[in-house]
Amino acid sequence: MQEKILIIDDEVQIRRLLEITLSANGYKISEASTGKEGLTMAATGQPELIILDLGLPDVDGLEILKKLRDWYVKPIIILSVRSAEEDIINALDNGANDYLTKPFRTGELLARIRVAIRQSMGGDETPVLRFGTLTIDLVNHTARKEDELIKLTTTEFSLLALLAKNEGRVLTHEYILKEIWGMGYTGQTQYLRVFIAQLRKKLEDNPTRPKLLNTESGIGYRFGS
Amino acid sequence: MGNNDNSRPDPDELLASLITAEEKGKRGKLKIFFGMCAGVGKTYTMLQTAQAEKSKGSDIIIGYIETHNRTETALLAKGFEEIPRISYNYKSTTVKEMNLDAIITRNPQIVLVDELAHSNTPGSRHTKRYHDVLELLENGINVYTTLNVQHLESRSGTVAQITGTIVRETVPDEIFENADEIELIDLTPEELLERLNDGKVYTPERSREAVENFFRKGNITALREMALRIVADRVDRQLHEYMQNKRIRGPWKSGLHLLVAVGPSPYSGKLLRWAKTLAYSMGANIQALYVETQHVLSPKERVQLDKNIKLAKHLGISVRIITNNDIVKAIVDFALKENITHIIVGKPRVRNFISMFRLSRFVNRLIRYSGNIDVYILGSDSLSKDKFRAKISIPPFTSTIRQYLVMPLIVMLVSLICYLVKNYIGYQVVSFVLLFLVSILALFFGTGPILVAATLSAFIWDFFFIPPQFNMYVGKPEDMLMLIMFFFIALLNGILTSRVRRQEEKTRIREERTQALYQLTKELALAAGTEEVSSIAAQGIQKYFGLNCAIILKNEQNQLGNEITHETRLKLSENDFSVAAWVFNHSSRAGKHTDTLPSSGYTFYPLTGKNDNMGVIAVNQPTVFTQGEEQFWEAFIAQISGKFEREFLRILAKNTLILNESDKLYKTLFNSISHELRIPVATILGASDTLLSQSYPEETRVKLYDEINTASIRLNRLIENLLNMSRLESGRITPNPNWCDVHDLAHIIAGNLAQELAAFHFSTVIPGDMPLVLLDFGLMEQVLHNLVLNATQNSPAGTRIRLKFYYEQGTLTIQLMDRGVGFPAGELDSVFNKFYRGKEAKAGGTGLGLSIVKGFTEAHQGTVTAENRRNGGATITIKIPVKVINPSDQLEKPTNSL
Repeated sequence: MQEKILIIDDEVQIRRLLEITLSANGYKISEASTGKEGLTMAATGQPELIILDLGLPDVDGLEILKKLRDWYVKPIIILSVRSAEEDIINALDNGANDYLTKPFRTGELLARIRVAIRQSMGGDETPVLRFGTLTIDLVNHTARKEDELIKLTTTEFSLLALLAKNEGRVLTHEYILKEIWGMGYTGQTQYLRVFIAQLRKKLEDNPTRPKLLNTESGIGYRFGS
Repeated sequence: MGNNDNSRPDPDELLASLITAEEKGKRGKLKIFFGMCAGVGKTYTMLQTAQAEKSKGSDIIIGYIETHNRTETALLAKGFEEIPRISYNYKSTTVKEMNLDAIITRNPQIVLVDELAHSNTPGSRHTKRYHDVLELLENGINVYTTLNVQHLESRSGTVAQITGTIVRETVPDEIFENADEIELIDLTPEELLERLNDGKVYTPERSREAVENFFRKGNITALREMALRIVADRVDRQLHEYMQNKRIRGPWKSGLHLLVAVGPSPYSGKLLRWAKTLAYSMGANIQALYVETQHVLSPKERVQLDKNIKLAKHLGISVRIITNNDIVKAIVDFALKENITHIIVGKPRVRNFISMFRLSRFVNRLIRYSGNIDVYILGSDSLSKDKFRAKISIPPFTSTIRQYLVMPLIVMLVSLICYLVKNYIGYQVVSFVLLFLVSILALFFGTGPILVAATLSAFIWDFFFIPPQFNMYVGKPEDMLMLIMFFFIALLNGILTSRVRRQEEKTRIREERTQALYQLTKELALAAGTEEVSSIAAQGIQKYFGLNCAIILKNEQNQLGNEITHETRLKLSENDFSVAAWVFNHSSRAGKHTDTLPSSGYTFYPLTGKNDNMGVIAVNQPTVFTQGEEQFWEAFIAQISGKFEREFLRILAKNTLILNESDKLYKTLFNSISHELRIPVATILGASDTLLSQSYPEETRVKLYDEINTASIRLNRLIENLLNMSRLESGRITPNPNWCDVHDLAHIIAGNLAQELAAFHFSTVIPGDMPLVLLDFGLMEQVLHNLVLNATQNSPAGTRIRLKFYYEQGTLTIQLMDRGVGFPAGELDSVFNKFYRGKEAKAGGTGLGLSIVKGFTEAHQGTVTAENRRNGGATITIKIPVKVINPSDQLEKPTNSL
């Protein structure tokens, strides 16, 4: 089955590159060069995923993102030259599923697209998540590695579960803090750092080269690849 | 004297005439229609001339014309564009004046401005219309104007004598003399009277009145003669100038310099006017001199002196002020120094024997010492009815009532003591005691109390001590003599002491001023930056003049700015700033106590440098400066201006240096970047071109793809560095610190540079108890990225690269150690400079990487150093002061592990 992807980007060369790469990987592509055109096409074309540029000629991409999020529930990946942390965080907090800065590697983009689509498709939550030798039981609040029970505090487990459920997706510091510790803890990244370090020690094969709990510098964390 | 015996033109005069000609070229031209009195047809002639000029195509407009309801004149005026007058409200009436700004904006070729001597309504920019005209000329607009002879400053006195009418509206002679053209409108007295009778000048009843008062035939004839003579003198002088310019040998006497001595007498005014007329007809230079002596001026005299000096300036005579107790010596010394050929002094009025003696001594000495300088002594006249005290300086009575009360008390107390001991010392000794007392008291009290004390003690001595006691009768003749002598000695003693004190006071003030100037110079020398200079200047003015001031400096565009960098109590309004701008542009003072914009609350002085103005100083001056203060003020301001000029020059020099530096930087940047940009682009272009043009075997294609990939990465890196550099340069780097786990940092670097690091043994060393540190993660990632990349580029494959972190007493230390080529000895300090490239560095690289390391580290208040390792390779050490928290403190205890 061919998933439909809408590309909203004003740069012809980027659109062409994406079109070639994505078509070759079995996606069906539609393109829009302005924000307004993009909104119309998102409404009429029912794409499975939208790739959105922030620097659009007519309306700012962030505005388009907000408008899309009023009704569009499927993944949106931001692809932009804006690399400042606050831009990225802003986009993620406004409902973007992922963020890639130009220049980007097409391999990475494809991987992110796959993760995003899989997440939006696999709607029903499975009670047990498996990642290699790691199993996380969301019902019984346990984690096992190679069948061995790992001792986790409540907070540690909540954090792990939150990240694992959003596998492959960047979660911003603020989002995680709000979800696990509550509204009053936003800005208190030191908690997050400590708990992540703690989790890495317990879960990772080599805590200094983590594979499961990945840092997105200055933005947040991403579980898995 | 250096009179020219041969007829060669004086080079100075030639130069002066050249400069005058040049200045006149830039300025507008002034044409004055000059008449003996009202009604001769000046306005009419002016309009006629304008009409002729207009028919030749000149852009000519009316700025201000007074037709006096004369139909012929009004008819003539109709054909011209007229600038609407501007209304001022003054004392509940509305007065319409010439709209100066509108004329300047309209910028015509010629503007007609009637009645040059007119005084403007308070609230206008200038008090006098001639100021308006001067400003128009300065703006390059030609002006036609009208003037009557009685309005000329130097003639107003004579006119008052002839007609008995005192003329208040006068125009400085300078303006008349510097006018480019004078046209005399002449009418015989008969014709004028006829015109008056016909009602062509005034309405019939005003005419009658006028004929009876001002327009008497005798008056008119005298005024006419005066007007004709002035114009004739001018023609004569023009001829003289012409001859000088053309080197025509002529019988002119050149190099005449007149010196006129002025003082605080109302008679000095007449002297000045007379001297001016003389200088004019002689074609001589003229200057005035005021000699300040120890004599203290009364307030009345001071006002008169100010008036006289102002008058001299109006007449175009510069005034020099010299302090010397010997007037004759001061005049003669000055005259010799300045090559004066004629000295003009006034003859003081002789009232009594003493003044007669003084006068003859003064005149005799002046004549004796002046050598071959001609001396003119002008008699006084009865014009001035004011009586001025002779210059025997009885110091003024300035004592307080308290002193008058205390004085008799002391005298009485001492007398009482004497009275008690009288039998032991005798009554004659008492006189010495009292005499001694009065002398002592003179040291502390003013003249008035001393007079009282002297009189009182004489009375007491007579009444209580001289036998027979308790009456005023003096028995013995020697006692009588003693009493008279006692009284005079007491009096003289008191007055003399008082005078000495006053003299001392003067010396002290002078010394204080010298000291103040010295102090200012010293403080200014140490000041750096215009702001500091401003505040020192303001403090000085506050301290020595007791005035608050505001200093407004020029900006880089050489215009007056609108900010005050030092603390000031003055609140300058929008209006005040425009006054300041006027002062700056015209280099002359304005505001309160001046003729220009006097409605402002402050007085504005220009800060004049050698070439242009540095700015303007505004002062809240309650009264006009006295002559002494004025001199002190000018010296003070000159010091400050000089310092500002030096500061501005220093800034200029610095900017030039910066410009040179940035020019150098630009060239380096250009060379380095253009190379770095072109190489990867060339690779991408070449490889892709090859791939497109032919089909190669799979293996070749993969190699070419790889090249494109590498070139792109290189290009991307360069762009990143350039962007970071420009962020640094723009000063926009403000770290956004967050709690960081250095493990994360190390891991990300290793991940990002996995490809580059593959050929090396890379290891990170982090102690187990490493706390969380507060850093900007993104910036530190850049720093480490550049450091590690730099190591990979400068080390042979297979060597060790080690990244070490540790924390000690508030400082995070990051060290990168490699076994590469190391840094060239002696260049360790410059490796972090922008565009620095090692002499033996491999091709590629811009020399930006390490400078970004330095920039970002410094943004964290950190330091970075480089050193070579003993067994080869280099160590780069970064030290950053950080806040930390211990991870274990943040952990909750594992409670419910399942």
